[in-house]
Amino acid sequence: MSSPRPTVAAAAPLERPANRQKSVERGRKPKRLTPGRIGLYAFIAVAAAFFLLPAVIMIFTSLKSMDEIRDGSIFALPQHLDFSAWIAAWSTACTGLSCDGIRVGFWNSIKILVPSVVLSIAAGSILGYALSFWRVRGANVLFAILLLGAFLPYQIFIYPMVRGFSLLGIYNSLACIVTIHVIFGLPVMTLIFRNFYAGLPQELFNAARVDGGGFWRIFLYVILPMSTPILIVAAILQITGIWNDFILGLVFAGRENLPMTVQLNNVVNTTYGERTYNMNMAATILTAAVPLVVYFVSGRWFVRGIAAGAVKG
Amino acid sequence: MSQPTPANEVMEPAVSVRDLAIAFASHRVIDELDLEVQKGEFLVLLGPSGCGKSTLLNAIAGLLDVADGEVWISGRNVTWAEPKDRGIGMVFQSYALYPRMSVRQNLSFGLKISGVPKTEVDARVDKAAQLLKLEELLQRRPAELSGGQRQRVAIGRALVRNVDVFLFDEPLSNLDAKLRNELRVEIKKLHQRLGNTMIYVTHDQVEAMTLADRVAVMRGGTIQQLAPPQEIYRRPVNLFVAGFIGSPAMNFFEGEIVAGEGPRLKVGDAMVDLSRYPFSTNVSPGQRVILGIRPEHLAVGPAAVGSVEVESQVHITEPMGADTIVWASFAGESITIRTDGEFNARPGESIAFHFDPARASLFDAQTHLRL
Repeated sequence: MSSPRPTVAAAAPLERPANRQKSVERGRKPKRLTPGRIGLYAFIAVAAAFFLLPAVIMIFTSLKSMDEIRDGSIFALPQHLDFSAWIAAWSTACTGLSCDGIRVGFWNSIKILVPSVVLSIAAGSILGYALSFWRVRGANVLFAILLLGAFLPYQIFIYPMVRGFSLLGIYNSLACIVTIHVIFGLPVMTLIFRNFYAGLPQELFNAARVDGGGFWRIFLYVILPMSTPILIVAAILQITGIWNDFILGLVFAGRENLPMTVQLNNVVNTTYGERTYNMNMAATILTAAVPLVVYFVSGRWFVRGIAAGAVKG
Repeated sequence: MSQPTPANEVMEPAVSVRDLAIAFASHRVIDELDLEVQKGEFLVLLGPSGCGKSTLLNAIAGLLDVADGEVWISGRNVTWAEPKDRGIGMVFQSYALYPRMSVRQNLSFGLKISGVPKTEVDARVDKAAQLLKLEELLQRRPAELSGGQRQRVAIGRALVRNVDVFLFDEPLSNLDAKLRNELRVEIKKLHQRLGNTMIYVTHDQVEAMTLADRVAVMRGGTIQQLAPPQEIYRRPVNLFVAGFIGSPAMNFFEGEIVAGEGPRLKVGDAMVDLSRYPFSTNVSPGQRVILGIRPEHLAVGPAAVGSVEVESQVHITEPMGADTIVWASFAGESITIRTDGEFNARPGESIAFHFDPARASLFDAQTHLRL
């Protein structure tokens, strides 16, 4: 669950000033290798190793046979590439009584992820748009309350929400967990969209009103087409956040829909005799793969978007 | 609305603002404001930043809720109507073009919303494009246009709406000086050709003087004077309008009315004969007044008959090409004189200048109103 977090730091240096519109100021290329510079590089190397080493050990271990793992030299390269642990993790690993592998959790997570991401972004963007352009009466109070929600630890809501959803009769279902993710995503989503829209000129909105646009038409035809950068940021935040969620999925999704993180936990904790470290490592890497891919593909957008959302407000 | 019959036709104002109040939070930025704009008139709202001119325009456009009062456009009470239903087109300072749409899409967006048939949309867009010389640019995105082209597209967007009233909110402020002059002339031509009612907000008095049929000078949410540009220039109703209009600004000197044959004004050591000044109210001896004289109404050299001659010391001269601005001192105050471009004087030199009291302005020192 926590394994993808360090990749934020790992992905950030990937950001290259390949940006066309705004050329990023690059420092002067150093001519001589001063002691200070050697120290700096040494520090960077150590920091990189700190973050990469666990990942390397995981990959190595996942490719080893159990005999090799029992030798105990965790830094040793695998003697031959053996993907059987990966295949086992994906399709035959046992959780409790069922032995269908972690793929069940993968598809469950996808089923939770797609509607949650789409709906929470839709809700956040519409709310952010309404708050920044339509000057709803009491908009600031509403926004302050919403922000408060972002700072309260969500664990305290769990029990009341369990009771609430039982009352509604949708507790332990896909609809339940999607609703939970949308609700918990709302404060941050609204915040970043509101801040982004606060940076757009009010006159543009006024022009669209004179042209006859209503609430939805202005949003869909004028505001949304300008929102690409912040939509990407929101998608990254939500995909990684929802994919990495453990406790909400465990509590609200129900047995049929347990997400991959919960399944991973079950796989790792279900033991008959020997702990299959290679398979556990493979399962963990598979679980972390989705947010990792998202970070690597969009690291540049991620950093830029966080900055863009943070400047105003 | 029924068409007025020729027999009882009354000139119905195109835009009428009655007893208008605009409040932000509980603070009233505009209160009890009345304004009538005639059909086909070019009205300029002029004033310094924060005087409420853009607020007033936005209220007419329907982009702001009014706290009190009414807005009528073309004989309809539109106080609570949506902007689109008011029969207005608006041009904004920042152009406000839709960045992801081509010029053609920008122009046709509003028409498509209101369900105008496609052939009609194309016809109106092509006509506007031709009028504003945008034909070559119709497929481009706003980002690929220059500032002047963008503002022409913005004007076009108002044009295609086929409305009676155009609202301009500082449309030329973001352009450089040369483009501003060009586009100013284009807007004036457009008004002459179309004959629409236009309400135009600016802080630039050159735009106000050149474009307007009437100028409304605003300050602190109130209209100080509403009159044709020449009238505002010649007979400002109060000290604020007098000081705001004209560049370099009008010279002001405080003095006292003294008794004699006809009213006379004592300013410093000088005595100004006011027998030719067109007083609109009575003055009494001992009254403190402020004398205002425009720099261009001061002339260097010996006085002609009936004008007042004064001695002064030159501080600096600013040759501007066509004119030279002389900064001098008189009665303890600084004074600017606009003279011929050929004029030459050294700092410290003493010169004589004169003016015609009939072209000066007198204000009460207390109320600041014109006398």
